[in-house]
Amino acid sequence: MERVAVVGIGQTKYEKGKTKNFAELSYEATRKALDDAGIELSDIDNVVTTTNDFFDGRTIACMAVAEAAGSYGRDATNVEGDGTLSAFYGLMRTLSGVYGTTMVSAHCKVSEGSPRKIVNQAFDPIYDRLLGMDAISSSALQARAYMQRFGITEEQCARVSVKNHGNARNNPYAHVPLDITVDDVMRSPMLAEPIKRLDTSPISDGACAIILATEERARRAARKPVWIRGVAHCADAYRLGERDLAWSQPLETAARKAYRMAGISHPSREIDVAEVYDAFSYMELMWYEGLGFCDRGEGGRLIDSGVTQMGGKLPVNPSGGVLSAHSVQVAGLARIAEAVLQLRGEAGKRQVPGARVALAHGTGGICAQTHCVWVLSN
Amino acid sequence: MENETILEVREKDGLLILQGVIRVPYTWAAGAVASRFYAGLRDRRIYGIRCPTCRLVMVPPKKTCHRCFGDLNDWVEVGPEGTLQTFTVVHYSEPELHPLRAPFAYGIIKMDGADTGMTHLIGEADQRALKEGLRMTAVFRDKPEGNYLDIRYFKPVKGAK
Ligand SMILES: [Zn+2]
Repeated sequence: MERVAVVGIGQTKYEKGKTKNFAELSYEATRKALDDAGIELSDIDNVVTTTNDFFDGRTIACMAVAEAAGSYGRDATNVEGDGTLSAFYGLMRTLSGVYGTTMVSAHCKVSEGSPRKIVNQAFDPIYDRLLGMDAISSSALQARAYMQRFGITEEQCARVSVKNHGNARNNPYAHVPLDITVDDVMRSPMLAEPIKRLDTSPISDGACAIILATEERARRAARKPVWIRGVAHCADAYRLGERDLAWSQPLETAARKAYRMAGISHPSREIDVAEVYDAFSYMELMWYEGLGFCDRGEGGRLIDSGVTQMGGKLPVNPSGGVLSAHSVQVAGLARIAEAVLQLRGEAGKRQVPGARVALAHGTGGICAQTHCVWVLSN
Repeated sequence: MENETILEVREKDGLLILQGVIRVPYTWAAGAVASRFYAGLRDRRIYGIRCPTCRLVMVPPKKTCHRCFGDLNDWVEVGPEGTLQTFTVVHYSEPELHPLRAPFAYGIIKMDGADTGMTHLIGEADQRALKEGLRMTAVFRDKPEGNYLDIRYFKPVKGAK
């Protein structure tokens, strides 16, 4: 693959009930990304936005918010999905030879809609939508399937929540930094067994933007470029009953492809830091396995070992992850932005010292039907 | 219908917050496969569809196999019993979404003769006694309407362990 770099990133703080409107929020992130890269909007060749019409409460929402990402007078396009996919699309456009730079942005104000009702609309109106499931209840089916198959305990899931909320204390953008114990998680209200309140991610509003550039254009940016080494995306079946809920084959497939592209043969040894899509605590353990950080069924033991803690050999979610800030389709793009900060050595108190190879991961759909895996390096 | 775009304007930190509703009527064609599946439920029979290439029986049925992309037409009756694959007991309430009052359970049930699981409600069950492998059977709605709740829920088979 020709070399493409991330040359600028920008994030808003993630929080509930932001008073900025969609365009104001999106502008904050894209302006920050331009300033970070030390370039102007006139240096941007094309724009990829990320919208979800239901969350935005308007149809073709991209038309309304794209201006705030710099669309006027440019080729601007949109992805309805996780931000890692918008970035993938942006990467393809940059590789096309037509564009030297690409602005990729994502915004979401989850708190303005009705998240449970909106997620319920993702189910099939012909079949199971009438059951009234949402993200929590459907994920609970997956959590139970995974934990039963491999003997994962609720305490092991709780450890993910303790770690990530703790890490969030070092991230000024995080929504829910918490100093909690496994007991606190275990005693938090039961929502859908085995998922408790502190196993879930918050309802967060926020925006994120990254700027991609060809090698030639990256030289003109102010920042040390962070290089994209490998990317892959893979989809599972739509219906829960047609999937193996306890093991994500699409994640393993995406990870293997991205690793091959990046020349990585031993992910747990060669990756220095990972930002993964932990919408629920159990998910981080499942993703350890699919990403090859440990063997199948060993996710619980990996969290117990401390390897994925700050100071461990492979810190996962130093930012606090999605458990600490979940602006839905923004969350995957934020994983890439955080990986970039790590590789520049600019992650502040959440910095993993000397990080050279970073992984970013995004998911889409009910119970993570799709997975997108990114490998970046400095 | 009255215009519900903006129902209320309030203030937060000196800025305006506009509150409204979007109500959009829809029609959804069920298609040939789901229409036939629901016709079966009228007779209290559950049908799946077999992929001749993958040898998988899918319940509920669908027109195209996601694995081999084959066109599916091979109908098979499954059940009447099945096995509980996984489940959750829901403790929060969402009255506009949930057909049952919390605490209630969702499960994925693999019907005898099927290779895929059916996500559904679980009723008439001791929620503490639910476990993987439990034998389940469908409880049908008295007057079928042609939708997923023509099966009201699945219940454990009497005397099943
Ligand atoms: Zn097939």
